[in-house]
Amino acid sequence: MPNHHIVQAFDAELETLDALIAQMGFMAQKQQEKALNCFLAHDKEAAKKVRDDDEKLDACERHINAHATQIFARRQPVAADLRTVVASFKIAGDLERIGDHAKNMAKRTKRVGDIPILAEVSGSLRKISRLVETMISDVIKAFTSRDAGLALAVLDQDEAVDLLHKCLISDLLSHMKTDTASIAAGTEILFAVKNIERIGDHATNIAEQVYYIVTGRQADEGDGAA
Amino acid sequence: MVNPMNLQSHSPMPTGITGFPIAAGASTEVAQNIRITAKDVSVSYGDLRALKSIDLDIAENRVTALIGPSGCGKSTFLRCINRMNDLIPSCQVSGEIKLSGHDIYGPEVDVEVLRRHVGMVFQKPNPFPKTIYDNVAYGPRIHGLAGSKGELDAIVEKSLKRAGLFDEVKDRLDRLGTSLSGGQQQRLCIARAIAIEPEVILMDEPCSALDPIATAKIEELIDELKQRYTIVIVTHSMQQAARVSDYTAYFHLGELVERGDTNRIFTSPQHAKTEAYISGRIG
Repeated sequence: MPNHHIVQAFDAELETLDALIAQMGFMAQKQQEKALNCFLAHDKEAAKKVRDDDEKLDACERHINAHATQIFARRQPVAADLRTVVASFKIAGDLERIGDHAKNMAKRTKRVGDIPILAEVSGSLRKISRLVETMISDVIKAFTSRDAGLALAVLDQDEAVDLLHKCLISDLLSHMKTDTASIAAGTEILFAVKNIERIGDHATNIAEQVYYIVTGRQADEGDGAA
Repeated sequence: MVNPMNLQSHSPMPTGITGFPIAAGASTEVAQNIRITAKDVSVSYGDLRALKSIDLDIAENRVTALIGPSGCGKSTFLRCINRMNDLIPSCQVSGEIKLSGHDIYGPEVDVEVLRRHVGMVFQKPNPFPKTIYDNVAYGPRIHGLAGSKGELDAIVEKSLKRAGLFDEVKDRLDRLGTSLSGGQQQRLCIARAIAIEPEVILMDEPCSALDPIATAKIEELIDELKQRYTIVIVTHSMQQAARVSDYTAYFHLGELVERGDTNRIFTSPQHAKTEAYISGRIG
């Protein structure tokens, strides 16, 4: 199939949509990374920056929605173009929610001190965080390169995140049972872990949208479905 | 006189639930669901092969849109359904087209009777240079569908109402049909087509000469008409095909590339050629 539309301005508008989503995805991934760093380092100043920068992600979502709406109004897209524009609204929404979870994690920085329980789980926290950061970067790569296989791989990655999430929760609860003084801080860490796990879920949602854009099928329909 | 209930003028056949003859061996179950069946239909204009072995079923009481670039064969296929191509000396049609199970190219078929069952609306409104009333009454008169002036009046009023035109013209039925606006003329042509109670209405780009408001009225009308009639429409407007049809068939260079549910065709077409055409990647 030819790659280009007869109306070249339509190509330019779709390319802009792709670029906006890629940019927002990169920003969301960085927000997640920075949120964990300030959380582990008790860096309240950096945490405030993460909170403030969330507005940039919100602005990105508004920009993508406005651009996609204009494409609907001007081009009446169909087929893969239609799927791309429809999915763009959802992807932007998921990326915005990733930003919200990063902001929530950053907010917890001031409520978590330099306590033993945090030091003991920091390795696992970094590990689960890196997993979801990879999921975000992979799913954005899958979107820009229209790679259904990579989108499916992201779906698989979420299982590892869920498993690690369960282990972390279990470890934290054990710590809090044996050291009741750590319950307050431990609860904040529990919420932070939940924030990271939810970020993985949003990356999964985006992977499902990418799969739909590329194939016209839902990811759980399999290859044979029309 | 020709029996309008039979394709054949002189050899009556048993009629099915549709009032249309059922060919020997035809399935009434199929006739209830599929109004038209085309098998291995090819059309040539002299040396030019316009359609290549088309297989296509047309569902009854549904709108089927035929789309494709100019010269793809969609209008040729449409004109096969009421044998309009018979009027072109160089045109040769092979294969089989069945209407309600009956082969419309059978040697004994009366083409005039066929066209009583398969009405047609053209690209440009073409009312007769007669009054609004006479435009609609013309078909029922020549086919002997009304036994009295009162019956004819009732047919004209019913047809104009079904075409969504009655309220606009009820006080000037004696005015020329050509005095109406373009959109009204096209609805008058639709009223003329349905006045003889066809089973199928063929529409060849019926809105291409109309403004957006008149187009919207025709599209609304199509949606209402499909409750009673099977509609096949040729359109160059992708958006119109998406708006009005239940099924879409994409033709390219005389071949049927893809046919399916309109919702699927316009969201997830299976063939790359279909996708390229409907998304504006080829002309």
